[in-house]
Amino acid sequence: MTQLALVIDLNVCVGCHACVTSCKEWNTSGAAGFMSDDNPYDRDPTGTFFNRVQTFEVGEYPDTQTVHFPKSCLHCEDPPCVPVCPTGASYKRPEDGIVLVDYDKCIGCKYCAWACPYGVREIDEHQKVMKKCTLCVDRIYDEKLPQDERKPACVQACPTNARLYGDIHDPESVVSKAIRDNGGYQLMPEWGTQPANHYLPRRKTEMRIHKDELERADNPLKIDGLLPKPGVKEPALDDVTSW
Amino acid sequence: MHPAFSVIFLTTLIGVGQGLFLALYVAEAGALFELLPAQEGGGFFAAGSALALGFLAVGLFASFFHLGHPERAWRSAAMWRTSWLSREVIVLPGFMAAVFAYGLAHYLGFGGTLMLGGLGVLLCLGLFICTGMIYACLRFLQEWATPLTVVNFILLGCASGFTFAAAFAAVAGGGVTLVFGEWAVVLALAAMCTRVAALVRNRRIKPKSSLQTAIGVKHPRIAQKAQGFMGGSFNTREFFHGRQPSVLRLVKWTFLVLAFPVPVALLLAAMALNSQPFFMLAFAVQYCGLVAERWFFFAQANHPQNLYYQAIS
Repeated sequence: MTQLALVIDLNVCVGCHACVTSCKEWNTSGAAGFMSDDNPYDRDPTGTFFNRVQTFEVGEYPDTQTVHFPKSCLHCEDPPCVPVCPTGASYKRPEDGIVLVDYDKCIGCKYCAWACPYGVREIDEHQKVMKKCTLCVDRIYDEKLPQDERKPACVQACPTNARLYGDIHDPESVVSKAIRDNGGYQLMPEWGTQPANHYLPRRKTEMRIHKDELERADNPLKIDGLLPKPGVKEPALDDVTSW
Repeated sequence: MHPAFSVIFLTTLIGVGQGLFLALYVAEAGALFELLPAQEGGGFFAAGSALALGFLAVGLFASFFHLGHPERAWRSAAMWRTSWLSREVIVLPGFMAAVFAYGLAHYLGFGGTLMLGGLGVLLCLGLFICTGMIYACLRFLQEWATPLTVVNFILLGCASGFTFAAAFAAVAGGGVTLVFGEWAVVLALAAMCTRVAALVRNRRIKPKSSLQTAIGVKHPRIAQKAQGFMGGSFNTREFFHGRQPSVLRLVKWTFLVLAFPVPVALLLAAMALNSQPFFMLAFAVQYCGLVAERWFFFAQANHPQNLYYQAIS
Protein backbone atom coordinates (compact mmCIF):
# COMPACT_ATOMS: atom_id res chain seq x y z
CA MET A 1 0.00 0.00 0.00
CA THR A 2 1.19 3.45 -0.85
CA GLN A 3 1.08 6.38 1.53
CA LEU A 4 2.33 9.53 -0.09
CA ALA A 5 3.57 12.14 2.35
CA LEU A 6 5.86 15.05 2.92
CA VAL A 7 8.84 15.03 5.20
CA ILE A 8 9.76 18.48 6.41
CA ASP A 9 13.26 19.11 7.63
CA LEU A 10 13.13 21.73 10.38
CA ASN A 11 16.91 21.73 10.37
CA VAL A 12 17.10 23.45 7.01
CA CYS A 13 13.79 25.36 6.74
CA VAL A 14 14.63 29.03 6.68
CA GLY A 15 11.04 30.27 6.92
CA CYS A 16 10.97 31.98 3.53
CA HIS A 17 7.29 31.15 2.82
CA ALA A 18 8.13 30.10 -0.75
CA CYS A 19 6.13 26.89 -0.17
CA VAL A 20 3.16 28.97 1.01
CA THR A 21 3.08 31.21 -2.05
CA SER A 22 3.85 28.42 -4.45
CA CYS A 23 1.06 26.29 -2.97
CA LYS A 24 -1.40 29.15 -3.17
CA GLU A 25 -0.41 29.96 -6.73
CA TRP A 26 -0.75 26.40 -7.97
CA ASN A 27 -3.94 25.57 -6.14
CA THR A 28 -5.75 28.83 -6.77
CA SER A 29 -5.23 28.32 -10.50
CA GLY A 30 -6.43 24.74 -10.64
CA ALA A 31 -9.56 23.08 -11.93
CA ALA A 32 -11.01 22.96 -8.41
CA GLY A 33 -11.45 26.73 -8.44
CA PHE A 34 -9.78 29.64 -6.75
CA MET A 35 -8.89 29.92 -3.07
CA SER A 36 -10.65 33.09 -2.09
CA ASP A 37 -9.06 36.07 -0.38
CA ASP A 38 -10.75 39.03 1.27
CA ASN A 39 -9.17 42.48 1.63
CA PRO A 40 -5.79 41.22 0.41
CA TYR A 41 -4.40 44.77 0.24
CA ASP A 42 -6.59 46.31 2.92
CA ARG A 43 -7.11 46.17 6.63
CA ASP A 44 -7.81 42.74 8.11
CA PRO A 45 -6.71 40.66 5.14
CA THR A 46 -7.83 37.06 5.22
CA GLY A 47 -7.80 34.14 2.86
CA THR A 48 -7.73 30.42 2.34
CA PHE A 49 -4.37 28.68 2.42
CA PHE A 50 -3.40 25.03 2.41
CA ASN A 51 0.00 25.66 3.89
CA ARG A 52 1.37 28.06 6.48
CA VAL A 53 4.82 28.67 7.88
CA GLN A 54 4.93 29.55 11.54
CA THR A 55 7.85 30.60 13.67
CA PHE A 56 8.68 29.54 17.19
CA GLU A 57 11.46 30.56 19.51
CA VAL A 58 12.79 27.69 21.56
CA GLY A 59 14.81 28.32 24.69
CA GLU A 60 15.71 31.39 26.66
CA TYR A 61 17.86 34.27 25.52
CA PRO A 62 20.73 34.02 24.70
CA ASP A 63 20.39 30.26 24.21
CA THR A 64 17.60 30.36 21.66
CA GLN A 65 16.82 28.61 18.46
CA THR A 66 14.36 30.00 15.92
CA VAL A 67 12.33 27.15 14.50
CA HIS A 68 10.42 27.79 11.31
CA PHE A 69 7.56 25.36 11.17
CA PRO A 70 5.64 24.71 7.92
CA LYS A 71 2.19 23.30 8.64
CA SER A 72 -0.20 21.69 6.21
CA CYS A 73 -2.49 18.66 6.15
CA LEU A 74 -0.56 15.69 7.50
CA HIS A 75 -2.62 13.10 5.55
CA CYS A 76 -3.06 10.99 8.68
CA GLU A 77 -3.15 7.24 8.25
CA ASP A 78 -6.09 7.23 10.68
CA PRO A 79 -7.63 10.62 9.84
CA PRO A 80 -10.16 11.74 12.49
CA CYS A 81 -11.68 14.21 10.01
CA VAL A 82 -12.91 11.51 7.60
CA PRO A 83 -15.35 9.37 9.66
CA VAL A 84 -17.14 12.42 11.10
CA CYS A 85 -18.02 13.84 7.68
CA PRO A 86 -21.79 13.33 7.28
CA THR A 87 -21.79 13.43 3.48
CA GLY A 88 -18.69 11.43 2.63
CA ALA A 89 -17.15 14.51 1.03
CA SER A 90 -13.99 13.95 3.09
CA TYR A 91 -12.28 10.76 2.17
CA LYS A 92 -8.91 9.04 2.20
CA ARG A 93 -7.84 7.58 -1.10
CA PRO A 94 -6.97 3.91 -0.63
CA GLU A 95 -4.52 3.90 -3.54
CA ASP A 96 -2.13 6.57 -2.28
CA GLY A 97 -3.39 7.63 1.17
CA ILE A 98 -4.13 11.24 0.23
CA VAL A 99 -6.96 12.79 2.29
CA LEU A 100 -9.20 14.81 -0.02
CA VAL A 101 -12.44 16.79 0.05
CA ASP A 102 -15.01 16.42 -2.71
CA TYR A 103 -16.01 20.07 -3.12
CA ASP A 104 -19.24 19.07 -4.88
CA LYS A 105 -20.43 17.02 -1.93
CA CYS A 106 -19.23 19.23 0.96
CA ILE A 107 -22.08 21.03 2.75
CA GLY A 108 -19.74 23.33 4.69
CA CYS A 109 -20.77 22.15 8.18
CA LYS A 110 -17.18 22.55 9.46
CA TYR A 111 -17.47 19.41 11.58
CA CYS A 112 -14.30 17.95 9.99
CA ALA A 113 -12.36 21.06 10.97
CA TRP A 114 -13.51 20.56 14.56
CA ALA A 115 -12.36 16.95 14.32
CA CYS A 116 -8.83 17.82 13.13
CA PRO A 117 -6.48 18.46 16.06
CA TYR A 118 -3.94 20.15 13.79
CA GLY A 119 -6.18 22.89 12.42
CA VAL A 120 -5.17 22.30 8.81
CA ARG A 121 -8.63 22.52 7.26
CA GLU A 122 -9.89 25.94 6.26
CA ILE A 123 -13.29 26.83 4.94
CA ASP A 124 -13.41 28.89 1.78
CA GLU A 125 -15.54 31.86 2.82
CA HIS A 126 -16.90 32.34 -0.72
CA GLN A 127 -17.29 28.83 -2.06
CA LYS A 128 -18.47 27.75 1.41
CA VAL A 129 -16.72 24.40 1.25
CA MET A 130 -13.93 22.96 3.35
CA LYS A 131 -10.51 23.07 1.75
CA LYS A 132 -7.22 21.48 2.57
CA CYS A 133 -3.91 20.38 1.14
CA THR A 134 -4.40 17.93 -1.73
CA LEU A 135 -0.73 17.01 -1.90
CA CYS A 136 -1.11 18.58 -5.38
CA VAL A 137 -3.00 15.53 -6.55
CA ASP A 138 -3.59 17.34 -9.85
CA ARG A 139 0.14 17.69 -10.33
CA ILE A 140 1.83 14.54 -9.09
CA TYR A 141 0.00 12.32 -11.58
CA ASP A 142 0.04 14.75 -14.50
CA GLU A 143 1.82 12.93 -17.31
CA LYS A 144 2.09 16.13 -19.33
CA LEU A 145 4.62 17.37 -16.81
CA PRO A 146 8.23 16.21 -16.95
CA GLN A 147 8.92 13.41 -14.49
CA ASP A 148 10.95 15.56 -12.10
CA GLU A 149 8.14 18.13 -11.83
CA ARG A 150 5.52 15.59 -10.81
CA LYS A 151 5.69 16.54 -7.16
CA PRO A 152 3.79 18.99 -4.96
CA ALA A 153 4.25 22.68 -5.70
CA CYS A 154 5.62 23.35 -2.22
CA VAL A 155 8.32 20.72 -2.66
CA GLN A 156 9.22 22.13 -6.03
CA ALA A 157 9.50 25.65 -4.58
CA CYS A 158 11.57 24.98 -1.48
CA PRO A 159 14.99 26.61 -2.02
CA THR A 160 16.70 24.70 0.78
CA ASN A 161 15.23 21.30 -0.03
CA ALA A 162 13.56 21.20 3.37
CA ARG A 163 10.53 19.43 1.92
CA LEU A 164 10.88 15.86 0.77
CA TYR A 165 8.10 13.98 -0.94
CA GLY A 166 7.52 10.28 -1.40
CA ASP A 167 5.94 7.07 -0.21
CA ILE A 168 6.56 6.48 3.47
CA HIS A 169 5.45 2.86 3.16
CA ASP A 170 8.27 2.12 0.78
CA PRO A 171 11.32 1.52 3.01
CA GLU A 172 13.69 2.46 0.19
CA SER A 173 12.05 5.80 -0.65
CA VAL A 174 13.88 9.05 0.04
CA VAL A 175 11.32 9.99 2.71
CA SER A 176 11.54 6.67 4.55
CA LYS A 177 15.32 6.92 4.58
CA ALA A 178 15.16 10.51 5.82
CA ILE A 179 12.78 9.53 8.63
CA ARG A 180 14.94 6.56 9.56
CA ASP A 181 18.30 8.27 9.42
CA ASN A 182 17.39 11.60 10.98
CA GLY A 183 14.90 10.79 13.70
CA GLY A 184 11.76 11.81 11.82
CA TYR A 185 8.74 12.25 14.08
CA GLN A 186 4.99 12.85 13.94
CA LEU A 187 3.00 15.75 15.41
CA MET A 188 0.74 15.20 18.42
CA PRO A 189 1.30 11.44 18.57
CA GLU A 190 -0.93 11.34 21.67
CA TRP A 191 -4.09 11.27 19.55
CA GLY A 192 -3.20 8.17 17.56
CA THR A 193 -3.92 9.82 14.23
CA GLN A 194 -0.65 8.52 12.75
CA PRO A 195 0.14 11.50 10.55
CA ALA A 196 1.81 10.46 7.31
CA ASN A 197 3.79 13.68 7.12
CA HIS A 198 6.86 13.59 9.30
CA TYR A 199 9.18 16.28 10.57
CA LEU A 200 12.92 16.01 10.90
CA PRO A 201 14.23 17.59 14.09
CA ARG A 202 16.87 20.25 14.54
CA ARG A 203 20.22 18.55 14.47
CA LYS A 204 23.73 19.63 15.29
CA THR A 205 25.44 20.23 12.00
CA GLU A 206 28.90 18.75 12.29
CA MET A 207 31.54 18.93 9.64
CA ARG A 208 32.79 15.50 8.74
CA ILE A 209 36.27 15.62 7.27
CA HIS A 210 37.97 12.51 6.09
CA LYS A 211 41.71 12.21 5.94
CA ASP A 212 41.83 12.07 2.19
CA GLU A 213 40.04 15.42 2.05
CA LEU A 214 42.88 17.07 4.01
CA GLU A 215 45.62 15.82 1.77
CA ARG A 216 45.17 16.20 -1.92
CA ALA A 217 45.26 12.77 -3.41
CA ASP A 218 46.35 14.24 -6.76
CA ASN A 219 49.12 16.38 -5.31
CA PRO A 220 51.96 16.02 -7.86
CA LEU A 221 54.44 15.85 -5.06
CA LYS A 222 52.62 12.82 -3.69
CA ILE A 223 52.42 11.18 -7.04
CA ASP A 224 56.18 11.09 -7.41
CA GLY A 225 56.70 10.18 -3.79
CA LEU A 226 58.34 12.28 -1.10
CA LEU A 227 61.54 14.13 -1.89
CA PRO A 228 64.65 12.64 -0.34
CA LYS A 229 65.46 14.24 3.01
CA PRO A 230 68.87 14.12 4.70
CA GLY A 231 69.02 12.22 7.99
CA VAL A 232 68.88 14.16 11.28
CA LYS A 233 72.44 13.35 12.23
CA GLU A 234 73.88 14.28 8.87
CA PRO A 235 75.49 17.70 8.50
CA ALA A 236 73.32 20.35 6.94
CA LEU A 237 74.40 23.19 4.75
CA ASP A 238 74.57 25.73 7.53
CA ASP A 239 75.01 23.25 10.39
CA VAL A 240 72.17 25.01 12.18
CA THR A 241 69.04 23.71 10.60
CA SER A 242 68.43 20.13 10.15
CA TRP A 243 65.35 18.16 9.13
CA MET B 1 -14.48 27.11 20.15
CA HIS B 2 -16.47 29.94 18.67
CA PRO B 3 -20.09 29.49 19.76
CA ALA B 4 -22.37 29.51 16.68
CA PHE B 5 -25.88 30.65 17.46
CA SER B 6 -27.30 28.39 14.76
CA VAL B 7 -26.08 25.35 16.68
CA ILE B 8 -26.99 26.86 20.05
CA PHE B 9 -30.61 27.34 18.91
CA LEU B 10 -30.68 23.95 17.19
CA THR B 11 -29.61 22.02 20.28
CA THR B 12 -31.66 23.97 22.81
CA LEU B 13 -34.87 24.09 20.73
CA ILE B 14 -34.91 20.43 19.76
CA GLY B 15 -34.18 19.64 23.42
CA VAL B 16 -37.38 21.49 24.41
CA GLY B 17 -39.34 19.70 21.67
CA GLN B 18 -38.02 16.31 22.75
CA GLY B 19 -38.73 16.94 26.44
CA LEU B 20 -42.23 18.18 25.61
CA PHE B 21 -42.96 15.06 23.60
CA LEU B 22 -41.69 12.84 26.42
CA ALA B 23 -43.96 14.73 28.84
CA LEU B 24 -46.96 14.12 26.58
CA TYR B 25 -46.15 10.45 26.37
CA VAL B 26 -45.73 10.24 30.14
CA ALA B 27 -49.19 11.79 30.50
CA GLU B 28 -50.73 9.27 28.12
CA ALA B 29 -48.92 6.25 29.60
CA GLY B 30 -49.69 7.42 33.14
CA ALA B 31 -53.37 7.61 32.29
CA LEU B 32 -53.22 4.05 30.97
CA PHE B 33 -52.08 2.82 34.38
CA GLU B 34 -54.55 5.19 36.07
CA LEU B 35 -51.72 7.07 37.73
CA LEU B 36 -52.63 10.29 35.97
CA PRO B 37 -55.98 11.72 34.93
CA ALA B 38 -56.99 10.66 31.42
CA GLN B 39 -57.39 13.38 28.82
CA GLU B 40 -60.75 13.87 27.16
CA GLY B 41 -60.38 13.62 23.41
CA GLY B 42 -57.10 13.96 21.61
CA GLY B 43 -56.97 17.75 21.57
CA PHE B 44 -54.47 17.99 24.42
CA PHE B 45 -51.98 15.62 22.81
CA ALA B 46 -52.53 16.98 19.32
CA ALA B 47 -51.89 20.55 20.43
CA GLY B 48 -48.88 19.45 22.50
CA SER B 49 -47.46 17.48 19.59
CA ALA B 50 -47.95 20.47 17.31
CA LEU B 51 -45.99 22.63 19.74
CA ALA B 52 -43.24 20.00 20.03
CA LEU B 53 -43.11 19.82 16.26
CA GLY B 54 -42.87 23.60 16.16
CA PHE B 55 -39.82 23.60 18.45
CA LEU B 56 -38.18 20.83 16.39
CA ALA B 57 -38.90 22.61 13.12
CA VAL B 58 -37.51 25.95 14.31
CA GLY B 59 -34.43 24.13 15.63
CA LEU B 60 -33.97 22.38 12.32
CA PHE B 61 -34.42 25.67 10.51
CA ALA B 62 -31.76 27.28 12.71
CA SER B 63 -29.33 24.47 11.89
CA PHE B 64 -29.40 25.35 8.20
CA PHE B 65 -27.71 28.66 8.99
CA HIS B 66 -24.69 26.68 10.13
CA LEU B 67 -24.20 25.15 6.69
CA GLY B 68 -22.26 26.66 3.84
CA HIS B 69 -24.42 24.78 1.34
CA PRO B 70 -27.87 24.19 2.88
CA GLU B 71 -29.20 23.03 -0.49
CA ARG B 72 -26.93 19.99 -0.23
CA ALA B 73 -28.07 19.12 3.30
CA TRP B 74 -29.81 15.98 2.04
CA ARG B 75 -26.38 14.51 1.30
CA SER B 76 -25.55 14.46 4.99
CA ALA B 77 -27.62 11.30 5.56
CA ALA B 78 -25.03 9.28 3.67
CA MET B 79 -22.39 8.44 6.27
CA TRP B 80 -24.56 7.15 9.13
CA ARG B 81 -22.19 4.22 9.61
CA THR B 82 -19.40 6.43 10.90
CA SER B 83 -20.72 9.93 11.62
CA TRP B 84 -22.90 10.92 14.57
CA LEU B 85 -23.83 14.07 12.70
CA SER B 86 -25.17 11.97 9.85
CA ARG B 87 -27.11 9.83 12.33
CA GLU B 88 -28.64 12.96 13.83
CA VAL B 89 -29.61 14.14 10.38
CA ILE B 90 -31.54 10.89 9.90
CA VAL B 91 -33.05 10.59 13.38
CA LEU B 92 -34.24 14.21 13.67
CA PRO B 93 -36.67 14.09 10.68
CA GLY B 94 -37.64 10.57 11.73
CA PHE B 95 -38.53 11.81 15.19
CA MET B 96 -40.40 14.78 13.71
CA ALA B 97 -42.40 12.38 11.56
CA ALA B 98 -43.20 10.26 14.63
CA VAL B 99 -44.33 13.33 16.58
CA PHE B 100 -46.46 14.43 13.62
CA ALA B 101 -48.02 10.98 13.31
CA TYR B 102 -48.59 10.84 17.07
CA GLY B 103 -50.35 14.22 17.09
CA LEU B 104 -52.34 13.38 13.97
CA ALA B 105 -53.46 10.02 15.38
CA HIS B 106 -54.68 11.78 18.51
CA TYR B 107 -56.35 14.54 16.51
CA LEU B 108 -58.18 12.09 14.26
CA GLY B 109 -58.92 9.74 17.13
CA PHE B 110 -57.01 6.77 15.71
CA GLY B 111 -55.95 3.98 18.00
CA GLY B 112 -52.43 2.78 18.49
CA THR B 113 -51.15 6.11 19.77
CA LEU B 114 -49.29 4.34 22.56
CA MET B 115 -47.36 2.26 20.03
CA LEU B 116 -46.72 5.29 17.86
CA GLY B 117 -45.66 7.27 20.91
CA GLY B 118 -43.38 4.44 22.02
CA LEU B 119 -41.63 4.59 18.68
CA GLY B 120 -41.39 8.35 19.15
CA VAL B 121 -39.79 7.88 22.57
CA LEU B 122 -37.15 5.56 21.10
CA LEU B 123 -36.40 8.06 18.34
CA CYS B 124 -36.35 10.85 20.91
CA LEU B 125 -33.75 9.09 23.05
CA GLY B 126 -31.80 8.22 19.92
CA LEU B 127 -31.81 11.87 18.91
CA PHE B 128 -30.54 12.94 22.34
CA ILE B 129 -27.72 10.41 22.08
CA CYS B 130 -26.83 11.47 18.54
CA THR B 131 -26.79 15.16 19.46
CA GLY B 132 -24.65 14.54 22.50
CA MET B 133 -22.29 12.15 20.77
CA ILE B 134 -21.57 14.67 18.00
CA TYR B 135 -19.60 16.54 20.65
CA ALA B 136 -18.64 13.70 22.96
CA CYS B 137 -16.99 11.67 20.17
CA LEU B 138 -14.34 14.33 19.42
CA ARG B 139 -11.74 12.89 21.75
CA PHE B 140 -9.23 15.71 21.60
CA LEU B 141 -11.85 18.26 22.61
CA GLN B 142 -11.35 17.03 26.14
CA GLU B 143 -14.05 19.26 27.64
CA TRP B 144 -16.63 17.46 25.50
CA ALA B 145 -15.23 13.93 25.39
CA THR B 146 -17.12 12.59 28.38
CA PRO B 147 -20.38 10.65 28.87
CA LEU B 148 -21.54 13.64 30.93
CA THR B 149 -22.00 15.53 27.65
CA VAL B 150 -24.67 13.09 26.50
CA VAL B 151 -26.25 12.94 29.97
CA ASN B 152 -26.42 16.72 30.10
CA PHE B 153 -28.04 16.99 26.68
CA ILE B 154 -30.70 14.49 27.81
CA LEU B 155 -31.36 16.03 31.21
CA LEU B 156 -31.26 19.66 30.09
CA GLY B 157 -33.57 18.93 27.16
CA CYS B 158 -36.00 16.98 29.35
CA ALA B 159 -35.97 19.64 32.09
CA SER B 160 -36.78 22.47 29.66
CA GLY B 161 -39.35 20.31 27.84
CA PHE B 162 -41.16 19.41 31.04
CA THR B 163 -41.13 23.04 32.17
CA PHE B 164 -42.74 23.98 28.88
CA ALA B 165 -45.15 21.07 29.22
CA ALA B 166 -46.19 22.37 32.65
CA ALA B 167 -46.84 25.81 31.18
CA PHE B 168 -48.74 24.22 28.30
CA ALA B 169 -50.83 22.06 30.65
CA ALA B 170 -51.54 25.08 32.85
CA VAL B 171 -53.05 26.79 29.81
CA ALA B 172 -54.64 23.76 28.13
CA GLY B 173 -55.95 22.17 31.29
CA GLY B 174 -56.16 18.42 31.70
CA GLY B 175 -55.06 18.07 35.31
CA VAL B 176 -51.45 17.11 34.64
CA THR B 177 -49.92 20.53 35.34
CA LEU B 178 -48.68 19.59 38.79
CA VAL B 179 -47.18 16.30 37.60
CA PHE B 180 -45.33 18.02 34.78
CA GLY B 181 -44.23 20.76 37.16
CA GLU B 182 -42.90 18.28 39.71
CA TRP B 183 -41.05 16.33 37.03
CA ALA B 184 -39.64 19.57 35.68
CA VAL B 185 -38.30 20.45 39.13
CA VAL B 186 -36.74 17.01 39.60
CA LEU B 187 -35.22 17.03 36.11
CA ALA B 188 -33.85 20.57 36.54
CA LEU B 189 -32.21 19.58 39.82
CA ALA B 190 -30.78 16.40 38.27
CA ALA B 191 -29.50 18.41 35.29
CA MET B 192 -27.91 20.88 37.67
CA CYS B 193 -26.05 18.04 39.39
CA THR B 194 -24.70 16.56 36.16
CA ARG B 195 -23.87 19.95 34.62
CA VAL B 196 -21.97 21.01 37.73
CA ALA B 197 -20.24 17.62 37.67
CA ALA B 198 -19.15 18.38 34.09
CA LEU B 199 -17.89 21.81 35.16
CA VAL B 200 -15.89 20.27 38.01
CA ARG B 201 -14.48 17.64 35.67
CA ASN B 202 -13.52 20.23 33.08
CA ARG B 203 -11.76 22.38 35.65
CA ARG B 204 -9.40 19.51 36.39
CA ILE B 205 -8.62 18.63 32.78
CA LYS B 206 -4.96 18.27 32.03
CA PRO B 207 -4.49 19.00 28.31
CA LYS B 208 -2.92 16.06 26.53
CA SER B 209 -1.41 18.23 23.82
CA SER B 210 1.11 20.93 24.44
CA LEU B 211 3.22 23.21 22.29
CA GLN B 212 5.96 20.58 22.69
CA THR B 213 3.89 17.81 21.11
CA ALA B 214 2.36 20.24 18.62
CA ILE B 215 5.69 21.05 16.97
CA GLY B 216 7.63 18.10 18.34
CA VAL B 217 10.34 20.06 20.09
CA LYS B 218 11.06 18.80 23.58
CA HIS B 219 12.08 21.99 25.28
CA PRO B 220 10.16 23.42 28.23
CA ARG B 221 10.32 26.97 26.87
CA ILE B 222 8.76 27.51 23.46
CA ALA B 223 7.22 30.81 22.42
CA GLN B 224 5.41 31.44 19.18
CA LYS B 225 6.79 34.38 17.24
CA ALA B 226 4.66 34.24 14.10
CA GLN B 227 1.59 32.28 13.05
CA GLY B 228 2.21 32.71 9.35
CA PHE B 229 -0.03 35.69 8.65
CA MET B 230 -0.84 39.06 10.14
CA GLY B 231 -4.60 39.11 9.53
CA GLY B 232 -7.18 36.58 10.63
CA SER B 233 -7.98 33.21 9.15
CA PHE B 234 -10.55 30.47 9.58
CA ASN B 235 -8.31 29.03 12.28
CA THR B 236 -8.33 32.20 14.35
CA ARG B 237 -12.07 32.78 13.91
CA GLU B 238 -13.62 29.34 14.28
CA PHE B 239 -11.71 28.02 17.26
CA PHE B 240 -11.50 31.04 19.55
CA HIS B 241 -14.44 32.64 21.34
CA GLY B 242 -12.56 35.93 21.45
CA ARG B 243 -13.95 37.02 24.82
CA GLN B 244 -12.30 37.93 28.07
CA PRO B 245 -12.21 35.26 30.78
CA SER B 246 -14.46 37.55 32.82
CA VAL B 247 -17.19 37.21 30.17
CA LEU B 248 -16.91 33.44 30.36
CA ARG B 249 -17.24 33.53 34.13
CA LEU B 250 -20.25 35.82 33.83
CA VAL B 251 -21.96 33.52 31.33
CA LYS B 252 -21.19 30.50 33.49
CA TRP B 253 -22.81 32.02 36.56
CA THR B 254 -25.67 33.35 34.45
CA PHE B 255 -26.58 29.89 33.25
CA LEU B 256 -25.98 28.30 36.64
CA VAL B 257 -28.54 30.72 38.09
CA LEU B 258 -31.01 31.07 35.21
CA ALA B 259 -31.17 27.44 34.07
CA PHE B 260 -31.61 25.79 37.45
CA PRO B 261 -32.48 27.58 40.74
CA VAL B 262 -34.60 30.42 39.33
CA PRO B 263 -36.88 28.21 37.18
CA VAL B 264 -37.16 25.70 40.02
CA ALA B 265 -38.24 28.48 42.38
CA LEU B 266 -40.64 29.87 39.77
CA LEU B 267 -42.08 26.40 39.14
CA LEU B 268 -42.62 25.82 42.86
CA ALA B 269 -44.27 29.23 43.17
CA ALA B 270 -46.39 28.58 40.08
CA MET B 271 -47.52 25.23 41.44
CA ALA B 272 -48.30 26.73 44.84
CA LEU B 273 -50.21 29.67 43.36
CA ASN B 274 -51.52 27.75 40.32
CA SER B 275 -50.37 30.68 38.21
CA GLN B 276 -50.08 30.41 34.42
CA PRO B 277 -47.75 33.44 34.03
CA PHE B 278 -45.31 31.94 36.53
CA PHE B 279 -45.13 28.69 34.55
CA MET B 280 -44.46 30.67 31.36
CA LEU B 281 -41.91 32.85 33.10
CA ALA B 282 -40.20 29.73 34.47
CA PHE B 283 -39.83 28.37 30.93
CA ALA B 284 -38.68 31.69 29.48
CA VAL B 285 -36.04 32.12 32.18
CA GLN B 286 -34.86 28.52 31.86
CA TYR B 287 -34.61 28.76 28.08
CA CYS B 288 -32.48 31.90 28.36
CA GLY B 289 -30.35 30.03 30.88
CA LEU B 290 -29.96 27.11 28.47
CA VAL B 291 -28.88 29.42 25.65
CA ALA B 292 -26.21 30.75 27.99
CA GLU B 293 -25.35 27.18 28.99
CA ARG B 294 -24.86 26.12 25.38
CA TRP B 295 -22.83 29.24 24.60
CA PHE B 296 -20.56 28.39 27.51
CA PHE B 297 -20.40 24.74 26.44
CA PHE B 298 -18.89 25.79 23.12
CA ALA B 299 -16.73 28.60 24.44
CA GLN B 300 -15.18 26.43 27.13
CA ALA B 301 -13.96 23.78 24.70
CA ASN B 302 -10.30 24.40 23.98
CA HIS B 303 -9.26 22.98 20.62
CA PRO B 304 -5.66 21.68 20.39
CA GLN B 305 -5.22 23.56 17.10
CA ASN B 306 -5.21 26.77 19.17
CA LEU B 307 -1.68 25.84 20.24
CA TYR B 308 -0.55 26.86 16.75
CA TYR B 309 -2.20 30.28 16.98
CA GLN B 310 -0.82 31.83 20.15
CA ALA B 311 0.83 34.94 18.67
CA ILE B 312 0.21 36.90 15.49
CA SER B 313 3.75 38.05 14.81
